[in-house]
Amino acid sequence: MRVVLDRVAVRHPAASGRPGPALRPLSLTIERGEQLAVVGPSGAGKTTLLHALACALPPSAGLLRFDEIDPWSLPTRRLHRQRSKLFLAPQVPPLPPRQRVVTAVLAARLPQWSLATALRSLVYPADIPAARFALAQFDVEHKLWARVDRLSGGERQRVALSRTALTAATLWLVDEPLSSLDPTRSVQAIDALTRLARERGATLIVTLHQVGVARLFPRVLGLRDGLLQFDVSGTDLSEERLRALYAQHEDELLNAAPLPRVAQADHASGLSWR
Amino acid sequence: MSDARTKGLGDIGAMPGDLRRSRFSAALMALALLVLVVSSFTSLDLQWSKFADDQAEQRMLKFFSELLSPSMDSRFLKNTTVAALETLAMSAVGTLLAAVAGLLFALPATQGAGMGRAAICGAARFVLNALRSIPELVWAALLIIAAGLGPFAGTLALALHTTGVLGRLFAEAIENAPGGPALTLQTQGIPGGRVFLYATLPQIVPQLLSYSLYRWENNLRAAAVMGVVGGGGLGALLSFHPRFSISPPVERDWRRI
Amino acid sequence: MQPPSHGLRRQTTPPGFHGAEALTTASTQPAGRIQPANRDPAWMGRLFWACAGVALLLPALIATEFKPWILFEPDSLRVSAQFAADFFPPKVEPAFLTMIARETWRTVAIATAGLALGLLIAIPLAVVSTTVLSVSAIPGRMHAWPLIVRQTVRVVLIVLRSVPELVWALVFVRVVGLGPTAGVLAIALTYGGMLGKVFSEILESDDRHAAQSLLRNGAGRLQTLLFGALPQSAAELTSYTVYRWECAIRSSAVLGFVGAGGLGQQMDNSMKMFNGSEVAAMLTVFFVLVAISDAVSARLRSMLG
Repeated sequence: MRVVLDRVAVRHPAASGRPGPALRPLSLTIERGEQLAVVGPSGAGKTTLLHALACALPPSAGLLRFDEIDPWSLPTRRLHRQRSKLFLAPQVPPLPPRQRVVTAVLAARLPQWSLATALRSLVYPADIPAARFALAQFDVEHKLWARVDRLSGGERQRVALSRTALTAATLWLVDEPLSSLDPTRSVQAIDALTRLARERGATLIVTLHQVGVARLFPRVLGLRDGLLQFDVSGTDLSEERLRALYAQHEDELLNAAPLPRVAQADHASGLSWR
Repeated sequence: MSDARTKGLGDIGAMPGDLRRSRFSAALMALALLVLVVSSFTSLDLQWSKFADDQAEQRMLKFFSELLSPSMDSRFLKNTTVAALETLAMSAVGTLLAAVAGLLFALPATQGAGMGRAAICGAARFVLNALRSIPELVWAALLIIAAGLGPFAGTLALALHTTGVLGRLFAEAIENAPGGPALTLQTQGIPGGRVFLYATLPQIVPQLLSYSLYRWENNLRAAAVMGVVGGGGLGALLSFHPRFSISPPVERDWRRI
Repeated sequence: MQPPSHGLRRQTTPPGFHGAEALTTASTQPAGRIQPANRDPAWMGRLFWACAGVALLLPALIATEFKPWILFEPDSLRVSAQFAADFFPPKVEPAFLTMIARETWRTVAIATAGLALGLLIAIPLAVVSTTVLSVSAIPGRMHAWPLIVRQTVRVVLIVLRSVPELVWALVFVRVVGLGPTAGVLAIALTYGGMLGKVFSEILESDDRHAAQSLLRNGAGRLQTLLFGALPQSAAELTSYTVYRWECAIRSSAVLGFVGAGGLGQQMDNSMKMFNGSEVAAMLTVFFVLVAISDAVSARLRSMLG
């Protein structure tokens, strides 16, 4: 999906009680199939950007266009259908604690399923091989039948990510996918995510604090205080830029040092964008 | 890495045994429930056709339209107000009696060290259960035999039922009260009743009050319908009205509750 | 607690302890401290409220015709003593007991059928009235129309549950005549309102994160309910329904007094005939019924929890 932001500004949702803009007027074009990372300190507006792109927050100014359609000009029902074309993975894995992993993963297919299929799947999961495949991408296949609340934080995050393997969406918005994962698992997860996105031709936008991983993306955005500070390729992400971005928030910089040579070589091939 | 793990798991594609078993027993329970519900419907001779009857429909429509235009006849309103006050008084007196009696019964009914022998505790609990199992209306019907028609029977009925309810709640409150102050007094050799008054009661008074007020609100509604069996209050007006549901002065005085 | 007095006996006090002496003479208090009064300051307030309470109680007692001595008047005493004496032994003739068993089943059946219909009413209304499934509320505020619809459904639920089931039963008895239909409908309407209101409250207060995420990704409303909201709320919802079923059994017995059939109606008949032994038998059966349904309900709820 091609996304165009034209001077889009977003205010904090009323419930959060924070005054002022969360995202100042931002103009951006993202082509079909691009993969971007978004970095920046807390409160920079990364999550707000993702929520705005997911049509979960209306822009207070400017225009948002998906493939030349302005979603906010659509009637509610069509907007809801439009939502099935995007996939938002929030920071906290949105998995009901008492549900089994197989059902939680298959829920990614709901927009394509009829109500009857959905009901049937609750009784006996409709597409177990697909669920298994999806979980295998993130190395949690062995938890297929486990209950979500019996999983560790990292496993839960990986199960939430494996939903991407089953979704039919063409815009993937992933918020901090690596927060509960150790460095090795982080690398595997990002590798799987980018590979799946590439195979399906989906546009992928990931917010990260792990700047070492961000460097491996072909395009990195830096946000601070709701403003876009830079829009460069991963290889041009220099230490000075990062330091300026994270000034007074240095404790949030993770994996500031580049990854060891060997792993980087593996990645370079996995993340290459056409 | 994942190969090694899946190798040891066999055919993971099928639902594992324990999940299958728990699903099966859940299905059995659902089936039993279904049998219960269906047999309930079939064993009663429910006559839905009577609703389709023209006359019935007419009567219901008439009733509801009258319900929306309450009578403002002054004498009638006066009667209604008196009845409403009677209902209020019944619920207040009944709850008050019940709170006192409930506390008296709750003391022997508490389980816990140093609070009385098991036999007395069991007997007290049995009495409280008996009192609260029987609904207020049934008590009212019974008491009318002894006390005659009128609000007195209704008040006593409320009091008896609510004693059972409050007694049980009070006993739980006493059991759950922190035991420190009570223990301190007990070790000084002070007898149980006084320990209760000086150590436990002060701690639980807010809880007891809140339970009592909650039951009072409940009893207000119960008192209103008590009149239907002759217990006085608004319910009496409803049921003893000469041509209930057919004549104009059908009012929505039950909404005053 | 003893008030301080000059006659305070000196217990063995450790050397240097001047506390007891300080109590005896007010003049040794440090300057600037407020002297505590010698009378209980809370007394006047308590006395006032006690008198107010009594003043309110008297008219209430009069209004309720509270005359306990009526119970002990010779006539009434004779009747009630006779009635009570008839309690032992309770009637245990086989024909009678069979009739009671049948009527007990009817009472349970009325309650179950009524609750089942009530669920048919409650579930759709609760699903419509909950804000968890609101599509228009995803970006923030709900649109006007959906809000109006939800509030209206809430009001309907409140009205349904406010009317005592006895009143509904009285109305329906006039329409369909005596019999279980009136009772089933009365329970269905009242309990439908109760269940609907509590169901929607449970859905509102449980964690919405999973449901919100599914809705944002384009899932349908009912699908979101099944996959996002029910997994965590199902236990609580079922537990409350079982509790209400137990309450419905008691309601159904009460409704028998206005002609809805079942144990209540038989009890009413026997009471009107002053037949103590029959009433005693029925009360015992009712008591056992309540105890059993209480135990079953507690067991089911602990299994669910």
